[in-house]
Amino acid sequence: MNPVAIIAGSAVVIGGIGFLVGIILIWASEKFAVEINPLVEEVNEALPGANCGACGYAGCADFAEKVVDQVAPIDGCPVGGFDVAKVIGGLLGQEVKEAESIYPFVRCNGGIHCTDKIDYDGIEDCKAVMMLSDSEKGCSYGCIGRGTCVRACPFNALKMADDRLPHVIKNLCKSCGICVEACPNDILVMANDTEQVHVLCRSYDKGKVVKSVCEFGCIGCKICVKNCPADAITVTNFLAEIDQEKCTNCGQCIENCPQKSIQMREFVVEAVAA
Amino acid sequence: MEDSLFSIAINGIFVKNFLLVQFLGLCSFVGVSKETKSAAGMSAAVLFVMIMASIASYLIYTYLLEPYGLTFLTTISFIIVIAFLVQLVEFIIRKYSPPLYRSLGIFLPLITTNCAILGVVILNARLDYNFVQSLFYGISAGLGYSMVMLFMSAIREKANSLNVPEAIEGLPHAFFITTLLSMAFVSYFGVIPT
Repeated sequence: MNPVAIIAGSAVVIGGIGFLVGIILIWASEKFAVEINPLVEEVNEALPGANCGACGYAGCADFAEKVVDQVAPIDGCPVGGFDVAKVIGGLLGQEVKEAESIYPFVRCNGGIHCTDKIDYDGIEDCKAVMMLSDSEKGCSYGCIGRGTCVRACPFNALKMADDRLPHVIKNLCKSCGICVEACPNDILVMANDTEQVHVLCRSYDKGKVVKSVCEFGCIGCKICVKNCPADAITVTNFLAEIDQEKCTNCGQCIENCPQKSIQMREFVVEAVAA
Repeated sequence: MEDSLFSIAINGIFVKNFLLVQFLGLCSFVGVSKETKSAAGMSAAVLFVMIMASIASYLIYTYLLEPYGLTFLTTISFIIVIAFLVQLVEFIIRKYSPPLYRSLGIFLPLITTNCAILGVVILNARLDYNFVQSLFYGISAGLGYSMVMLFMSAIREKANSLNVPEAIEGLPHAFFITTLLSMAFVSYFGVIPT
């Protein structure tokens, strides 16, 4: 067979197959066309795209679809917050109210003010400490301070300070709640921004025990209960608890607490690198 | 080797299992076998593409390539056919099962480059199978693939609850499982006398 015939034959065969399957594919793409609501794509564009799952859906694309289907709330993305909700609301023609912002909150004021029980020299991880012994601290309820929450935060919004406690950097926090899940000792909770007065202790030990290990722990003395004008504080199991529904943020309890375990909530604000 | 349909089927499913004995198509095998549902979807897609590719490639090979002495075009023409079939499957899955489409993700278009499928059609051509034999080999290869996929996904779902050391969690662990499964399949050697 001469070379020209081979080349021509090859071209015809491959070209023919290609042409044929091309035509079939064009037909199939029309036959099986999926109508995608263009809004879904626009909403998806407006979302942060971190696919963190904090909204409760499988990634941003899924959330966008659910928002357009009116299944998910417009302000369902805690990462994007109000800004993103406003954009999505604009796309869907709906009004959005500014939501109250919630931030994680560290329910322990121990840190360096709490005694060490063991001299821990292992992996830098709170869970590892807990596997070894309840806590490396004298207080088994308190913050272990090995920064599991800091490493869990996808937005670098937590940092360990010199007092060996995690601090929330307010302007970086996206309220996703991943740190709360990560904490093995249940120290972190999400608390509304308007709730400013908190008991920085969660030890159920008796006052004497608490006092022997921690400078700032709640000893259950009930002085705050007596001083609270709004009757918002109760003491159960040697631990004061503030009913945030009733609390007026007046600060009476803070002034009178002998252990300084009730405090105003504080945040760290750090400049964001552009 | 005798080429009865039964021996072709046993060959394709067990003795020369594409995943565990010939080690073809391992990419999707490790990638999609995390949960049974997507593994089953992937298996169905691969089975479909294998069968269709066996038929189409047989026709192309016997009626276009061989008579005109163009067998050097085997690979490229088979790849065109496979790419076409995968695209078709993708359209169909996207239309009728969006969740499956999303869970298969990149592995669906990657069936195009799945060597198991090219393996089936090239083996068909190399072993000079006739139409029915080719079809049978495609079906049994696909069934073998599906069976191992389902084994693997079932084992990996169970393995999720095992306390595996962190260093070998996930993929390394999957490869250990693959090794053991593969060793088991080696014992099928000699089922068909050569």
